[in-house]
Amino acid sequence: MAKRPFLIPGVDKRLLIKDSLKTMPDLTRRRFLTGGASLGALTLLTGCDVVDSDTAEELLKKVSKFNDAVQAWMFNPDALAPTFPESAITKPFPFNAYYTLDEAPEIDAADWKLDVRGLVDNKKSWTLDELHALPQVTQVTRHICVEGWSAIGSWTGTPLRDFLKLIGADTRAKYVWFNCADKDGYNSPLDMRTALHPQTQMTFKFADQILPRAYGYPMKIRVPTKLGFKNPKYVVAMEVTNDYKGGYWEDQGYNSFSGS
Amino acid sequence: MSSIAATATTISTSRTKVIQPAWVRVMHWINAAAMIVMIMSGWQIYNASPLFDFRFDRSITLGGWLGGALLWHFAAMWVLMLNGLAYLVTGLVTGRFRRKLLPLSPASVIADLKAALTFKLSHDDLSAYNAVQKLLYLGIILVGIVVVLTGLSMWKPVQLHWLVSLFGDYPAARYVHFVCMALICAFLVIHILLALLVPKSLRAMITGR
Ligand code: HEM
Repeated sequence: MAKRPFLIPGVDKRLLIKDSLKTMPDLTRRRFLTGGASLGALTLLTGCDVVDSDTAEELLKKVSKFNDAVQAWMFNPDALAPTFPESAITKPFPFNAYYTLDEAPEIDAADWKLDVRGLVDNKKSWTLDELHALPQVTQVTRHICVEGWSAIGSWTGTPLRDFLKLIGADTRAKYVWFNCADKDGYNSPLDMRTALHPQTQMTFKFADQILPRAYGYPMKIRVPTKLGFKNPKYVVAMEVTNDYKGGYWEDQGYNSFSGS
Repeated sequence: MSSIAATATTISTSRTKVIQPAWVRVMHWINAAAMIVMIMSGWQIYNASPLFDFRFDRSITLGGWLGGALLWHFAAMWVLMLNGLAYLVTGLVTGRFRRKLLPLSPASVIADLKAALTFKLSHDDLSAYNAVQKLLYLGIILVGIVVVLTGLSMWKPVQLHWLVSLFGDYPAARYVHFVCMALICAFLVIHILLALLVPKSLRAMITGR
């Protein structure tokens, strides 16, 4: 244990990065189930001629869609994620991405603006100063990663639903789709009911400080009712849309709803 | 009258011969398959962020990478949960649990364990479980319930936060889930070993007799 620097118990920084690199898109990506699929296909589908992994993969994708529907049905728009006292905040809060911190976007606020697109009345872009002028709230919640680790942090910003109201978004639309400045272009769709959840936030500060580069400067979307990868950092655009436009991790097989 | 009596006797004798009813056999093997998928994909998920200073070798995991393992885990969980629920309800309603798994006392477990270790435990009547079997089966049923409840806690920590608080908090539920997996693996080793030592019990779990 002492040999390796642990960010939080159970999470080895270097192994974490190695893991992320391993999961980078490559030629074998499409066949992510090969090698492990035949046994499961056999056991799950005994009797059918499906010891090939493509069939198993198709079936698993269907179940994942079914799980999206189950989670949407379970989602209670009034259920709040538990909040914690400041003393519970995890220090240091982990940095985690499919790239190293050195490769994280370095954004100059002067060049940055938030683009607003799709089914909204007012499509004007927003500068950081304009966004900072909006009313903000602070909440201390648990960030839960798809990998299993979790950490408690303090995030300050404007409730997304207030902003959506301000720009005249059609809140009957199905998704708010976020685009980010991460290398390879991170993006992620958020279902409208979650976007309108009272704790879903356009975040500008972490632990009362301007969001550091590691945590998504200048703006991240903090969604305490979703897994971490559905909390995009370095956001540059949001689009209100009825179309499912996919997402960086969602396209690779992470469950799309991934609600908490 | 005599013919009716004869029919009744035939039915009752053929009934007593069935050691494991069909529903137990079907649900048992569905459970075994689902459990193995859950365990192997669970190991791959564990590897993404290990709780302890070790990882499971990739060759014994399922899914290829975290995303693939999660797809397996969240698919097989339905099979495990629905089958497990059906088994619990049927076991309670038919009185099988009461009949086969109770009564159970520490003294009987100690006595049967001693007999087993000195190879004096009788396996003539497979339709009645000895105290060690009763303890193992009641224990693993309980562990099975806890592994599902901790799994649901981690899947929906906000929607089911009342369930999470039963185990403390989210990280605590993770540890309990892992311990349950370890207990199931330990049970499996003993369970399969015992089944192989008394092969007619394995036959009964497959053919019913
Ligand atoms: C894949 C390997 C497995 C084999 C070869 C196997 C074999 C058997 C056999 C032969 C019996 C009947 C034994 C007897 O008469 O006492 C039995 C019963 C039982 N097994 Fe398994 N089993 C396996 C996996 C599992 C798993 C994974 C679980 C649960 C986690 C499990 C839970 C049980 C229970 C609860 C019973 C008692 C059923 C009842 O009487 O209602 N088994 N198993």
